[in-house]
Amino acid sequence: MPVKRVEKTPMPERDAVLRSHDFEEVNEGYGIAHAKFEAERCLRCQDPICIDGCPVRVPIPDFVHKIAAGDMRGAAEVLRSSNPLPAVCGRVCPQEVQCEEQCSIGIRFKPVAIGYLERFVADWEMQQAPVEITNKLDRAEKVAIIGSGPAGLVCAGELARLGYPVTIFEALHAPGGVLRYGIPEFRLPKDVLDWEIDQLRKLGVEIRCNVIIGKTIAMDELMGEMGFSAVFIGTGAGLPTFMGIPGENLNGVYSANEFLTRVNLMRANDFPNADTPVMVGKRVAVIGAGNTAMDTVRTALRVGAEQGLVVYRRSDKEMTARVEEHQHAIEEGVEFHWLTNPIEVLGDEDGWVTGLKCIRMQLGEPDASGRARPIPIKGSEFVMPVDNVVLSIGNRPNPLLLQTTKGLESNKWGCLVVRDQSSETSRDHVFAGGDAVTGAATVILAAGAGKDAASEIHADLRA
Amino acid sequence: MAKILEKRPLTPVTKLYKVDAPLIAKAAKPGQFVIVRIREGGERIPLTIADYDRNAGTLTIVVQEVGTTTMQFGELEVGEEILDLVGPLGMPLEIPVEGHIVGVGGGFGAAALLCLMRELRARGDTTTIINGAREKDLLILNEELTEICDNLELCTDDGSAGFHGFVTERLAQMIDGDAPGCPDMVVAIGPMPMMRAVAETTAAAKIPTLVSLDPLMIDGTGMCGGCRVTVNNEVKFACVDGPFFDAHLVDFEEAVRRNKMYVKQEHEAKDRSHCLKLAVGQD
Repeated sequence: MPVKRVEKTPMPERDAVLRSHDFEEVNEGYGIAHAKFEAERCLRCQDPICIDGCPVRVPIPDFVHKIAAGDMRGAAEVLRSSNPLPAVCGRVCPQEVQCEEQCSIGIRFKPVAIGYLERFVADWEMQQAPVEITNKLDRAEKVAIIGSGPAGLVCAGELARLGYPVTIFEALHAPGGVLRYGIPEFRLPKDVLDWEIDQLRKLGVEIRCNVIIGKTIAMDELMGEMGFSAVFIGTGAGLPTFMGIPGENLNGVYSANEFLTRVNLMRANDFPNADTPVMVGKRVAVIGAGNTAMDTVRTALRVGAEQGLVVYRRSDKEMTARVEEHQHAIEEGVEFHWLTNPIEVLGDEDGWVTGLKCIRMQLGEPDASGRARPIPIKGSEFVMPVDNVVLSIGNRPNPLLLQTTKGLESNKWGCLVVRDQSSETSRDHVFAGGDAVTGAATVILAAGAGKDAASEIHADLRA
Repeated sequence: MAKILEKRPLTPVTKLYKVDAPLIAKAAKPGQFVIVRIREGGERIPLTIADYDRNAGTLTIVVQEVGTTTMQFGELEVGEEILDLVGPLGMPLEIPVEGHIVGVGGGFGAAALLCLMRELRARGDTTTIINGAREKDLLILNEELTEICDNLELCTDDGSAGFHGFVTERLAQMIDGDAPGCPDMVVAIGPMPMMRAVAETTAAAKIPTLVSLDPLMIDGTGMCGGCRVTVNNEVKFACVDGPFFDAHLVDFEEAVRRNKMYVKQEHEAKDRSHCLKLAVGQD
């Protein structure tokens, strides 16, 4: 048996200085040679536990072996039959804590780059020819999906594959949810997202934008006169959280949601060709250290900030951002201010942001989240001069649907309550999954929830 | 896409549109708004629902041309489509008080009183509308407003029609007992300085007053937080908690300041669209 190489085949990346001024994708993707080379590193375990690490249970070894054998078409077919969003997941999944964490070769060496390979196959399919679609929507029961984010798209794709006519209702003018308004172009190009959504349309999925369930159409109407037999709620966690510190309403303070939406959905980077502006000064401070914070600070650089700063009350050990995102931000010159907690946004007499007053922190005993609790150091207050502050400290589920829909149980954080480990809500034939249930998490967990819900809906409708 | 069925200029810069939007017309209640986008790359802007006809499936909106998007809107003609139209958004207006309800409309704000005051009158309230503008030609919808309320009071800054003075001066007279009498509740819709002045006018007499705030918005569903306003020292999202708030508790200074956040960019965008028009010889 040949000796396996110990390192992952590196992902070709664009130069950090060049890329931090435009929105083109940072990761360039494997070529065929890279991909075959990397696929051959797979140990071909008898019990491929990498699959257990995947929330949508992609049969990983099958597609990896097909790449190694040069059968890209076959690899694409395997992927597409198990995950309706491979080009998205191959780009944004935290594989290092999922499939790749399980990978056997990773015990001694670096794991197989499953994520990079997934992306390679999906891109190959996009560039060559899409996998042929043969499903028929021959079932009588119609299913409504609320929200076109990852949970809703995957649920819709799975149900269409099972033969159900599916309609997705989306509040915004373009589908994709957080994949559209949240994740920037340089991590997930919008033409890739459009392509994936087109594949769902080819499956027969209907997408109706500009419809807000709970406002435009009531849940009762959906299930009554409109004749939907089941509903999946995948409305995500889109309600931004603010800190409640003085000065948060000064001009130049944004939620990460607003900042990213202005750029990703409304194309503020192209102002004044596009009509929506975004306000960016020389120094932009982003509060928080999750993936959204990394997206935000790197976006700020690309729309003209000279310096991007990340301000976080804990240390780099506790940050929730993926290693790759953190690394990319460092390469692009982002300054990290760990153990620093903002206590006030300062402004000038006209109400514009001039600085961020912070206090230094130290770490104490672990708190409820299991992470070390940050404790303020008395007398350590200082002012950081900045022109913008963007809060990226988490989102909660949007209460809009709950406010207007009877019989849907939720918890104190506004998350929908589901029965045991299922997707069943407190209302008959109404299912839910993704961030709307768990609170803000990842794209792939939402996709997994959408896939699980699809099989539960299928079972419910066949009962 | 929503087709424009009717277009009527109300003033040189204000136009009324009736659009085909059966789902929104069916769900709309007084006080709610819609968000529109006119073109690819265009902004999303909120517009108050002036009126709706559930049977005909139509929505009436009034657009005042103040910026790039509203000017582009003004160029849309009957038969053309609005690219994106979503709603109804915001909380419907609730008037807890019964009796004499006075609606104060400033400029194109009067349009938003149409469905509102009609519903109140149907409920049994006595309704008065104070419709104010700089001059006679800028007063809008007088005929329609007369039909749906008990008393229509006109005010102009220059005295060219009705009462000579601000809407707040006329309102103060009514509070002091002038016919049609002191209001039990006031609802004000119009430019921020006017709403602020109305709030000040009714504060001393402790007359419950609601104002309709129109901060900058993107999604209109609570997702961006750009529309946050401070009311009674609490931060609210105008899109989902509003647009109506207790006038005596609103931090107007902050609201005015936040609405001016993009003044520079707005000028830039306007100049640009003007230049583009010159380039293609439209202007």
